[in-house]
Amino acid sequence: MRASDVIRNALFALYFVAFFAYLFLPLGIMGAATFNESRFPTVTPWQGTTLQWFNELWADAAMWQSLWTSIIIAFFVVLVSLPIGTAAALVLTSLHQKARGPLYAVMVSPLLTPGVVIGIATLVLWRQLGVGGGVFLIVVAQSSYIICYVMLMIAARLQRFDRTQEEAALGLGASKFMVFRRVLLPFLKPALIAAAFLAILQSIENYNTTLFVRGFDTPLTVYIATKVRTGLTPAVNALALIMITASILGAIAYEVLRRREARRKANLA
Amino acid sequence: MGDVFKRFGGGLGTVFTALVLVWLAGMVLAPNITMIDYALRPNLPPSAIGGDQDVYSLSNILYLAGEDVHRAIFFKTIWASALVAFITFVVCYPIAYWLAQNATPNQTALVLLALTIPFWINEVLRTLAWYILLAFRGPLNEALLAIGIIDAPVRWFGDTGVLAGMVYAYILFMLFPIYNAIESLEKSQVEAAKDLGASTWRIHARVVIPHAKAGIATGCVFTFMLAAGSYVAPALLGAPGSRWFTQIIYNWFFEGGNWNRGAAYALVLLVLCLVVVLVTLKLARVNLTDVAK
Repeated sequence: MRASDVIRNALFALYFVAFFAYLFLPLGIMGAATFNESRFPTVTPWQGTTLQWFNELWADAAMWQSLWTSIIIAFFVVLVSLPIGTAAALVLTSLHQKARGPLYAVMVSPLLTPGVVIGIATLVLWRQLGVGGGVFLIVVAQSSYIICYVMLMIAARLQRFDRTQEEAALGLGASKFMVFRRVLLPFLKPALIAAAFLAILQSIENYNTTLFVRGFDTPLTVYIATKVRTGLTPAVNALALIMITASILGAIAYEVLRRREARRKANLA
Repeated sequence: MGDVFKRFGGGLGTVFTALVLVWLAGMVLAPNITMIDYALRPNLPPSAIGGDQDVYSLSNILYLAGEDVHRAIFFKTIWASALVAFITFVVCYPIAYWLAQNATPNQTALVLLALTIPFWINEVLRTLAWYILLAFRGPLNEALLAIGIIDAPVRWFGDTGVLAGMVYAYILFMLFPIYNAIESLEKSQVEAAKDLGASTWRIHARVVIPHAKAGIATGCVFTFMLAAGSYVAPALLGAPGSRWFTQIIYNWFFEGGNWNRGAAYALVLLVLCLVVVLVTLKLARVNLTDVAK
C-alpha cells in the first residue's frame, strides 16, 4: 500500500465515524437525558440518575390523548390512501405509454409541493365548504400526498407483473372481477402491506401539513412541538427513547429476517 | 381511459377511475385552485364578500414585493434552502459512493438499515434532539468549553441551528437517490479511469458525478423543496432574527387573520419551488418520470 492510500483510507474512516456520530449522537444525548434529574432535558450537568420521567410520561394524559389522535388519523389515512393509491397505480399501468407521462406528472405533483402549501390549500377549500380544521381535514390533507407514495410502491410491484397471467385466468373462464380478486390482489399483497406501513409512518411523522389543518385537535407531533414552547421536561425524552428503542429493535428484527431469508434462498439454490 | 375498462371491466373500471378522480380533482386540483382564488382576492369582512370591492387583483402578491422584511425573509429562505441542499449533498456523497461501489453486500445492508433508524422516529423528535444538543447550556457548548475550543458558550439557535437541523432531517432524501444512481455505474469504468492515470478528483468529476447526475438532481430537488417548506426546524432551532418564510405564512393565517395574504404567500412559495424543481431537472436532463423512484 502506498502512503497516499493510507492517508486516503484514514481520511475516509474519519469521515465515516463523523458521519455516524452526526447521525446518532443527537439521538443518544436525547435518550440519555431521560435519566437525568434536571427539569430541562440535558446531560450537562448530570444532576443525578432517575427513572421519574417515565412515571411522568405515564401520567401525562394529554400526551396519551395526542398519541391516540395520531393513531386514529393514521388508521383513516391508510383506509383512504391504500385503495386510491392502488387504483391510481392500476389506471396508470393500464394506459398507453403516451397517456402515461402527463398523468404521472399530475400524480407525483403533491410530492413536489411543500408540506405547508398542501395544508393551506386543503384548509381554504374546505372552509369554502363550511368545514373547519380537525381530524377529518388532517386525514384529507395527509392522504392527498401519501397516496403518491402508495401509488409509486404499487406501480413498482406492478412492473414485475406478467400480464399473461390475467389472460390465462380469463381464458380459463374467470370473470374480470375474479382475475382482480384472485390473481392481481394476491400478487400485490406484499406491496400493499409495505405501503400501509409506510403510510402509517408518514402520517404519524407529519407536522408541516398537519399544523395548518389541525383546528383544535392535537396529534402527537403538534403536542411535542407545543411542549417545547410551554415547558419541555424529560418526559418527552422518555417518549423519544421508547420510540428510538422500538425502531432499533424493529431494524434488528428486519435484519435477522432478511439474513434468514437469504440463507433459505441460498440453500434452495 | 378505454384501456382501464377493457382490462378490468365496467364495474371495477368505474370504481378505479372514480377513486383516481376523487384524489386528483378533489384533493389535489380543487384545493390548489381555491388557494389561487384566495390569493387573488382582498381580505374582506363577511358582509362585503361578493360586493363591488371583491374583485381579483395582484395586490396580495405585490404586498410581499413591497414589504421589505417579508421580501428579505423570502429570499433568505430560498438561498438558505439551496445551501441546505448543497451541504446535504457534500455530507452524503462520499458515503453514497462508498456504499454503492466499495462496500460488501452485507455492509451495505447494515449501513442502509442503520441510516433509516433516525428516520423511523418523527421529524419533530429529530429536531428536538438538536434543540437539546444546541441549547445555550447544552452538551455541545459544555463539550467545546471543556476542550477549550471556545471561551464562552455560543448561541447556536438561529441560522446555524436551523441549518444543522435541516441537513440532519433530510439526509435520507439525498442519500438514497445518489446511492441508487452510483450503484448502476460499472466498477470497471472507475478502474479504467484509474488505470489511465486519472486522479481521484478527476474520476469523480468526470466519471462518477456525470453518471449520477440524475440521482444528484433528484436528491437536491427534494431536499430544497423540503427545506423551503419546513416549519418545525426554524420554529424550534431558530431565533427571532432567523425567521423562515413558512413562519410568516403561518402568522398570516393564525395570528394576522388575513388568509388571503397568507394564501398569496403560500402561492408564491409553491410557484418558486416548482420553478426551481423544473429548472433543475431540465438542466440535469432528468425526466419527471425518473424522479420519484
